[in-house]
Amino acid sequence: MYQWVSLLSLWAIPVMIAFVLLYGWRKKVPVYETFVEGAKGGLGTTIRILPHLIAMMVAVSMFRESGALDLLLGLIKPALDFLHFPEELVPLALLRPLTGTGSLAIATDLIAQYGPDSFIGRLAATMQGSTDTTLYVLTVYFGAVGIRNSTYALKVGLWSDLAGVIFSLLVVYLVFS
Amino acid sequence: MLNIIWLALIVSSIVVAAITGRMEVVNQAAFAGAKTGVTVCFGLLSVLAFWMGIMRIAEKAGLMELVARALSPVISLLFPDIPKGHPAMAYILSNMSANLLGLGNAATPMGLKAMEELQKLNPNKQQASPAMCTLLAINTASITLIPTTMIAIRMQYGSVNPVDIVGTTLLSSFAATIVAILIDRWYRYRAIRSIR
Repeated sequence: MYQWVSLLSLWAIPVMIAFVLLYGWRKKVPVYETFVEGAKGGLGTTIRILPHLIAMMVAVSMFRESGALDLLLGLIKPALDFLHFPEELVPLALLRPLTGTGSLAIATDLIAQYGPDSFIGRLAATMQGSTDTTLYVLTVYFGAVGIRNSTYALKVGLWSDLAGVIFSLLVVYLVFS
Repeated sequence: MLNIIWLALIVSSIVVAAITGRMEVVNQAAFAGAKTGVTVCFGLLSVLAFWMGIMRIAEKAGLMELVARALSPVISLLFPDIPKGHPAMAYILSNMSANLLGLGNAATPMGLKAMEELQKLNPNKQQASPAMCTLLAINTASITLIPTTMIAIRMQYGSVNPVDIVGTTLLSSFAATIVAILIDRWYRYRAIRSIR
């Protein structure tokens, strides 16, 4: 299954590129000029995203380095103990929606510390792999088209992150122990 | 909401730093964060420019419309507000399939093209439309078939069977995506009701 899917992942992009180019050529699209024109659009999009990303990365970096994150973890620890949530994974669960690289570092650290085949190692991998970084996705997607008011999108993202954490815990527990 | 979170993150960091005497660290963290933002953004630039170039060819050749028309019944279920055969549908579909295959760097450009198309349909250009919120919900939960990064890291640390988390990841991301769509529906319904 894994081999089949990874083969598909490997071939999907080159085949798609070849198909698009050949199809365009058959429809008499000037492929080179059109590519350059489209790529120029990518530049504009990147510039629009940049200030949003800087704003978000500054806040997340400050929050982590100042010790405010650790303080928050300490505050909610009693509630998590009550729910029997493994405390080693609390930082990962909290950081996952905020920063992709930060949570990846924590997940890697957990895997190194407890072993990749331990309960905690598997849970960390599942948690990290099963959702995307909500704040990053929101910043990039809405920043790119100039949306100022995200209405309820952030709430939906954060609630589903919570659901993702709970499902990861449940599934890993049921499958591996 | 984003305003409050951003403000709270920064102000609480400074307050905590003032109490614990880590002002120096926070000072550096602010600029290190800004630098990370730029690095990440320029990492995006190469991928975005490349895919948007390819997608423009597909667009001009009429490929996007073709795909959109063929698959509109499926996407219409999730995005009832998008007119049938609108190019946004094709981009949403390519975004979802790239996510599924774990092609993160192809998923973002297609998601952004989908956003641009949704923005054309959006009556209020500064406020996210319900369809945009749904697209975001699907992307933040993102169903993952192959968590490539985590498999690589598990391999690196000598796992007996690095891919044994594929099933758990798929299951929990699938469940989380369903929940995301349901929560999105609930908020969308509430938003419509509050307007009336």
